[in-house]
Amino acid sequence: MVSQMVDVQQVWSWLEAVPDPEIPAVSVVDLGIVRDVNWQGKELVVTVTPTYSGCPATTVIGRDIVAALRSHGLNDVRLETRLSPPWSSEWVSAKGREQLRQFGIASGPAPVCPRCGAAQTERLSQFGSTPCKALYRCQSCREPFDYFKPF
Amino acid sequence: MIAAAPPVKPDLLQLTLAMGDSDLILSQRLGAWCGHGPVLEEDLALANVALDLLGQARMWLSLHAEREGRNRTEDDLAFLRDAGAFRNLLLVEQPNGDYAFTMARQFYFDAWHKLALEQLALSDDASVAAIAAKAAKEVAYHLRRSRDWVVRLGDGTAESHRRMQTAVDALWPFTGEMFDEYFNHLRPAWQAEVEATLQAATVTVPRDAWMHRGGRQGIHTEKLGPLLAEMQFLQRAYPNSTW
Repeated sequence: MVSQMVDVQQVWSWLEAVPDPEIPAVSVVDLGIVRDVNWQGKELVVTVTPTYSGCPATTVIGRDIVAALRSHGLNDVRLETRLSPPWSSEWVSAKGREQLRQFGIASGPAPVCPRCGAAQTERLSQFGSTPCKALYRCQSCREPFDYFKPF
Repeated sequence: MIAAAPPVKPDLLQLTLAMGDSDLILSQRLGAWCGHGPVLEEDLALANVALDLLGQARMWLSLHAEREGRNRTEDDLAFLRDAGAFRNLLLVEQPNGDYAFTMARQFYFDAWHKLALEQLALSDDASVAAIAAKAAKEVAYHLRRSRDWVVRLGDGTAESHRRMQTAVDALWPFTGEMFDEYFNHLRPAWQAEVEATLQAATVTVPRDAWMHRGGRQGIHTEKLGPLLAEMQFLQRAYPNSTW
């Protein structure tokens, strides 16, 4: 058994290796879902804020976090859900945005084609493959792409 | 714009049930479009809106279950209550009809829902405020979409215009009860939104008419029973079964 009090910085770096189940290119930390990590006595409390209310990945994310920490020897982990303030796409880190782009997903205040970089795009649908994304098409290279909605 | 403080302070148990039930029933209605949408993008969009509403329903019903202290869960509330115990708006239990009907129903609801949530986000109950603030962000997207569709169909072909006008008229008598009790003060803002949108859609704004009431008292239209029969079938037939 690992000594109970692992440094929280260490825990954060472990969590940075936990991928989002629906967008595995980005970690749950870089998506801004993990809000807080702290020890309460012998128990490690991880606070998460769900992206969208109906996001089916929320339960899986919780499970993945607990499983990852267990694999590092932390068995006494409690997940706490924090609704306020509500999750915002502004919480996605710069690293996360770049990973999204490389994965083919645009983000930020305006949709820029993740493939050719053109700014002229058109919206095909306000809701894409998941609640957090809209479907766009590039007017330059004509490729469709997902846009992580400002939220 | 948010009006002044509501004249009646909401009873939290009634409020959480009313909000959760409307979300749940509309989510169930929209879910029935899955695999039947007119185009793939619409199918996805409706399923996503349904999913948002289901998530919101879970938050409201969980809070309700916690506050009432009767040892019930969100699932008990969703799957083990009969029609008379539901407190959803009559509007959201109305059948899907054609696409104009689904979108008109959505628009009336979204326009109200957004205002109601913005108001509840100011609640001095921290849990109510947190759920409402989160849901309001989602509903802003829902409203933008349903508003677009009302305009697109209303100001479309002669046929789509006819269908939108029919839907807007048929659903109008279900809008009155949205403003009963503590949401009364939201009516002017809702009316302004509806009039501006219907005008842009070249659809005639329905005139004040007799309004159906009863959702908040558990007196529902005959449409709710069959919906619940379908939604609750698994838990009723196989009690305590889990996924």
